Amino acid sequence: MIEISHVNKHYGAFQVLTDCSTTVAKGEVIVVCGPSGSGKSTLIKTVNGLEPFQSGTIMVDGISVGAPGTDMPKLRARVGMVFQNFELFPHMSITENLTIGQIKVLNRSKEEAMATGLKLLDRVGLKAQAAKFPGQLSGGQQQRVAIARALSMNPICMLFDEPTSALDPEMVNEVLDVMVELAHEGMTMMCVTHEMGFARKVANRVIFMDQGHIIEDATKDDFFGTPRGERAQQFLSKILSH
Amino acid sequence: MNYHWNWGIFFEQVQNGDETYLTWLIHGFGWTVAVSLTSWVIALSLGSVIGTLRTTPRPWVVMLGNAWVECFRNVPLLVQMLLWFFVVPEFLPQDLSMWVKQDMPAKEFITATLCLGLFTSARIAEQVRAGIQSLPRGQHYAGMAMGFTLPQTYRYVLLPMAFRIIIPPLTSEFMSVFKNSSVAFAISVLELTFVSRQMQEDSEQGIETYVAVTALYFICAFIANRVMAFIEKRSRVPGYVTAK
Repeated sequence: MIEISHVNKHYGAFQVLTDCSTTVAKGEVIVVCGPSGSGKSTLIKTVNGLEPFQSGTIMVDGISVGAPGTDMPKLRARVGMVFQNFELFPHMSITENLTIGQIKVLNRSKEEAMATGLKLLDRVGLKAQAAKFPGQLSGGQQQRVAIARALSMNPICMLFDEPTSALDPEMVNEVLDVMVELAHEGMTMMCVTHEMGFARKVANRVIFMDQGHIIEDATKDDFFGTPRGERAQQFLSKILSH
Repeated sequence: MNYHWNWGIFFEQVQNGDETYLTWLIHGFGWTVAVSLTSWVIALSLGSVIGTLRTTPRPWVVMLGNAWVECFRNVPLLVQMLLWFFVVPEFLPQDLSMWVKQDMPAKEFITATLCLGLFTSARIAEQVRAGIQSLPRGQHYAGMAMGFTLPQTYRYVLLPMAFRIIIPPLTSEFMSVFKNSSVAFAISVLELTFVSRQMQEDSEQGIETYVAVTALYFICAFIANRVMAFIEKRSRVPGYVTAK
């Protein structure tokens, strides 16, 4: 589904990603972790072309990301993305947030978009909030709406960029629950997160990044059992100790 | 102070004419409103476009927008007014130049409106740019990730919020347009300031004249302010806190 091969990205002389390669098969859940500044958020943003890269290739469903001639809006519409800071559109009600993409990008009718939107809103347990605005919801609720918004476009895969990092601790689980459910349904997912509980529960593979390099790319059991590199061991012991 | 007060002057007839000074003022007021509102329409549309272009990823487009803003922002409005009136027509192709100088209808009005509109557009462009850039980068990402094209991202995601954020400076700008329209007297637009000078000389009642004119400008600016306050209230986003 997603094939990242030999991707390099730099801002001037500063190398953000160095020779990153990995693949995400259909139905797989991949967790990407690593210390801050390791390039994990940048890597996930290159997958749908939000961040350009200088060399290497990324294929999503057989389409080359960022290649001349690739219809990027069309490709992005098929890849759902959830952000650290939710990024709901603040001037639109929850239902408008859920329908605008369907109407303007997928050309669905208002009724159809509304039906899909409300169904997804119900699924993330927020049907009662349909008429509200993002600013009137808690962080956890906003993030659940953001997931529903991404799903409203019927994506072929989902990218999560630290979806729980901006949340108060008591709200983390409500978002993770939705993500776990999604994983169980067979959604292809690439998640940048430090939630190792989530990784243990649903990840097929864990990728560990440091300083722009992919250092470990291992199955979940291998990663938690015997991480090979010293950096990964240090990192794990730090985030698992509390 | 040895001044002969005459508040009834407004209802007296002007010298060499059968209209009253009040009629003069009303006409002047009408031209002031016409110049201001037309300029505002030009300024808002052009300023929005240029301000938006200045935030796009195309360096040469950004440069063009910046040049526009610097051009109109760094020259006094009065000088610009005179430039447009006396200098620009000289540089037009000959036929057009002749036509502008001799036959163009409402020459003063069009020149003043264009000048004030372009001048104000540079200021609005600056505000629109600032408004867009004040939005979190993630909003841009979220729009693009949704599958929106760049124009769609601006249309549905960035501009609606940017304009809400810049309503306070836009309010000042809208008020300024009425006040700045007074500069049009320099190229003989028969607007309020022009008429007031005429009335002062004709009636020799300077204080009454300028008190009335001051009040009329005040009312214009005040109404502009109220209109914007109404728009601000209507467009308020429930639960949105600007600090981010």
